[in-house]
Amino acid sequence: MGQSDIEIMLEAPTTVGALKSMIKLPNGASLSEASLTQTIMAAVDQEMVDDSAMVSVTSEVAFFPPVTGG
Amino acid sequence: MYRSILIQPEDFSLDRALTDLKAQSGLAGGLCFFTGAVRNSNLDETVGGLYLEHYPGMTERQLDLIVDEAARRWQLHGVIVVHRIGNLAPGDNIVLVAVSASHRGEAFDACEMIMDYLKTNATFWKKESIPDGHRWIESRSSDQVKATAWDA
Repeated sequence: MGQSDIEIMLEAPTTVGALKSMIKLPNGASLSEASLTQTIMAAVDQEMVDDSAMVSVTSEVAFFPPVTGG
Repeated sequence: MYRSILIQPEDFSLDRALTDLKAQSGLAGGLCFFTGAVRNSNLDETVGGLYLEHYPGMTERQLDLIVDEAARRWQLHGVIVVHRIGNLAPGDNIVLVAVSASHRGEAFDACEMIMDYLKTNATFWKKESIPDGHRWIESRSSDQVKATAWDA
């Protein structure tokens, strides 16, 4: 997504979907806006999840494009 | 069941994997190997090389879960998965999945399932060098279809 890591202070647990609207890309769009035109996958604490998954105040969250290994 | 999961810049040896799997179990009567290699052309463009990135920690964990699933479905004696990262040239090996079982049926099926899940679930990304610069490779829907077929 053009950024390797950012730190966000959460006051309370939230969802992956809500977090996406808080994160702005270098072009000003939020991650949730960007996900309308491209597939953005998410992992919480290194486990693949969807937008409804909970994020705790200490979670490691990653957003990335569809994987292309192998 | 013996398992070895490695993510590394270095190349791997099929002979070595064969020797290891045989050494781990005398019951290994069917051994199946899949190797993926870098192509020199993609989408009508010449490919000068690939750069492979992963998500340290998560990728290892996912490969482990994929091997767990294979071991749950089939009676296997050993599984070796090696996936390379970093800069690779056309013709270079990318991935090795080696499976041993008593007979070929389980070995073929498990090897294919591990590769199909790896393609869609393991956090690796490929960037290719083309004459105009670089581009990140996009995932293929046919890979998703193949992986989903194992869930049925």
